Amino acid sequence: MSNEDMTNFAFTPENLDAARKIIARYPSGRQQSAVMPLLDLAQRQAGWVGLPVIEYIGEMLEMAPIRVQEVVTFYTMYNQHPVGQFHVQVCTNICCLLRGCDGVAEAARESLGIGWGETTEDGRFTLSEVECLGACVNAPMMQINDDYYEDLTPETAKAIIEAFKQGETPKPGPQNGRQFSAPEGGPTTLKDLTFAGEKG
Amino acid sequence: MPKLTIDGREIEVEAGTTILQAAEHLGIEIPRFCYHERLAIAGNCRMCLVEVEKMPKPVASCAMPVGEGMVVHTNNANVRKARQGVMEFLLINHPLDCPICDQGGECDLQDQAMTYGGDRGRYQEEKRSVEDKDYGPLIQTWMTRCIHCTRCIRFITEVAGTPVLGGLGRSEHMEVGRYVGSAVSSELSGNLIDLCPVGALTNKPAAYTYRAWELKKTESVDVMDALGSAIRVDARGNEVIRVLPRVNDDINEEWISDRSRFACDGLKRQRLDRCFVRKEGRLVPASWGEAFAAIADNVKGMAGTKIAAIAGDQADCETLFAVKELMAALGSPNLDCRQDGTRLDASVRASYLFNSTIAGIEDADALLIVGSNPRIEAPVLNARLRKRWLKGGFKAAVIGPKADLHFKHEWLGDNASVLADLAAGKHPFLEVLKGADRPAIIVGQGALAREDGAVLLGLARQVAEAAGCVKTGWNGFNVLHTAAARVGGLDLGFVPQAGGRDVAGILAGAQSGEIAAVFLVGADEIDMKGLGNAFVVYLGSHGDAGAHRADVVLPGAAYTEKNATYVNTEGRVQRTRLAAFPPGEAKEDWRVIRALSDALGKPLAFDTPKQLRERMAGAHPVFAAEGVVKPAAWGTFGASGNVAAAPLASTIDNFYQTDPISRASKTMAECTAAFGAGCGCNGKKTGTHG
Repeated sequence: MSNEDMTNFAFTPENLDAARKIIARYPSGRQQSAVMPLLDLAQRQAGWVGLPVIEYIGEMLEMAPIRVQEVVTFYTMYNQHPVGQFHVQVCTNICCLLRGCDGVAEAARESLGIGWGETTEDGRFTLSEVECLGACVNAPMMQINDDYYEDLTPETAKAIIEAFKQGETPKPGPQNGRQFSAPEGGPTTLKDLTFAGEKG
Repeated sequence: MPKLTIDGREIEVEAGTTILQAAEHLGIEIPRFCYHERLAIAGNCRMCLVEVEKMPKPVASCAMPVGEGMVVHTNNANVRKARQGVMEFLLINHPLDCPICDQGGECDLQDQAMTYGGDRGRYQEEKRSVEDKDYGPLIQTWMTRCIHCTRCIRFITEVAGTPVLGGLGRSEHMEVGRYVGSAVSSELSGNLIDLCPVGALTNKPAAYTYRAWELKKTESVDVMDALGSAIRVDARGNEVIRVLPRVNDDINEEWISDRSRFACDGLKRQRLDRCFVRKEGRLVPASWGEAFAAIADNVKGMAGTKIAAIAGDQADCETLFAVKELMAALGSPNLDCRQDGTRLDASVRASYLFNSTIAGIEDADALLIVGSNPRIEAPVLNARLRKRWLKGGFKAAVIGPKADLHFKHEWLGDNASVLADLAAGKHPFLEVLKGADRPAIIVGQGALAREDGAVLLGLARQVAEAAGCVKTGWNGFNVLHTAAARVGGLDLGFVPQAGGRDVAGILAGAQSGEIAAVFLVGADEIDMKGLGNAFVVYLGSHGDAGAHRADVVLPGAAYTEKNATYVNTEGRVQRTRLAAFPPGEAKEDWRVIRALSDALGKPLAFDTPKQLRERMAGAHPVFAAEGVVKPAAWGTFGASGNVAAAPLASTIDNFYQTDPISRASKTMAECTAAFGAGCGCNGKKTGTHG
């Protein structure tokens, strides 16, 4: 873990308020249970989880810093290094691999001009290779900040990243027109389903 | 209570017992790495798998509570196969470098691999390697050997109370490491080496100097602090290689402090291995005959009142008894074993003992600590206090140095007047003590080694009596000593006899010329300049302050080199055992005194250790029984008067260097450089270094 840019950390008043609400969810004396949501809150504020965050949250929850660090290092979604404004996470796990994530990854790398784990010079984009994000039915996919972009092709992936570059926010979800994880090309079963009372 | 069958034998155990513990009751040993009876259960090594009938899979016996009617098999073909699988996985990333590993020969993994390991590996891929961590000058890390049992993490978190170690990362990438920037500077850190079941954490000062099977193991008693922890001294030839703890649930459970463990290299340095006599201002080597003649020349015929003796912190009882007899023969009433000037009262035994006993302090439910920082004065006791606090229902307060004691306590200030307030019933904490079933007080040497020490002792007695610390079946009045020799000295009455001088009086007399000869029995912590022009004889093991000042130096034996009696802070009589012989011409100290008595024309009435001990036990019955604590009768002690304004402080300013042995130790000097003076957890100095 590095201490690259962060020298100190404290919640903003709004986040402090939110943090208190989170802590209040747990029985008194069990405030340590709030460590994960608080780390998430801190990451949303600071962009990543540096040592000052760990120590701040440790103090807030009366935990030794090492206990917080164990949590941070266990979960890959806590960024232990600074990331750009847009964190592009491309899944390369098995379903995405079978469905052609190599092309998506290549398109992302090409479009951003950076490799895995790198951040663009302007600090806007960070590209990460991640394990399964649980959207296998819509493979291949990538996550940009909180949104999933699914059913990608190299072309659509590139288009999405280019749109972000232009300051736009493309519509999340499947990029091939299907509804959520419904079968491609529309429903294949229960097409003539009727319910009691309906005429048909 | 559930009844179960293990390997065809029925046993009834208390509910909540684990299968592994139940099996141990039957004498059935189940292999384990992560399970340790004094640590929380982790259940992560999986070596202790057993088969329980009607359960679909083997279960980890260390974490599985027993159930009524369970039928357990600990050693059938299925279990062996399961354990072989676990062992194969453990060995996948283990480097198998036993021939160059210091743990070799006493390694749990090696031993269990003899039973469960395959004769060849099936793993063809690259092994993982892990960067070594810097755990300071005491612990050598070989993290590639780590099997992730997490014993070290649990010990440092639960027992030591300095949570700096953790498991970072996950799965294949998980590494045991410390928090960035924090040092593994617990005063108990050496115990990690014993706990580590593999060679990941080994003894750094002794690295590559021994193989476990070469060492001669001698069971002995520690004298680096006043607890008298049970230790095992491992020596090769005549060299003490390492010191390890032994299990003694009454005192140290199975831990010892870093000073007890690592100061042993000081036994090889700065040693006095022959006599020296001062000639023309310089100490020159001499024979025993010359040294005794020089003493006789100066002391023979001198009036007894002009002779004095001061005993040091590691003097054994045999020596103190011999010196006391010699002083009596010479007609001197001037002797004192309290070189730090503590105002302890030798006439009431309960006034200077840790009356609740060390194990008994776990029964206390409220505690007042006066003038002590147990974390650096007796780390093992501090771990015990922490254990008590973790159980809950324990209120503690400290009057004295502000320190992070690893258990929650209220700091009442460091002014002795707080104690006076408590005694006068004007302080709210008195009500807490009164409300407790078994209240206890620990009085440290910091409160007693003052001008008003006797007053503070009296005040502590008043508080103890007012709070109900002393009642049938419970005596919670405790004095925590820092010197292994102190209780023995007081039990022997090694204090000024009628009309005699104490340490301050001896020093004043030496300045004024009223004291002309002083015997220092390993006493190095007095102000040597105070000895003026007196003729000084030093008997001790190390060339420390006393030997530099002495006119005649007599080489004695260190605690690993004699069969000697010590009395710990509880009043428990214990014996050290000879693990190595004293170097050069050095001799057991009491033999030196016996020979000297001949040279002075006052032969003492014993020639063998047996005769000496019989005489000692005859004069002081406490020495008749070894290893037991007899409750001491309560009495009136302490003085009344005003307390001084000076803040209460610990008498120890550097945990790592307190006595001639640890001051001569290179390892302890390295620790001082690396960790400061102790209490340096997280690398942050707390400003409470004594």
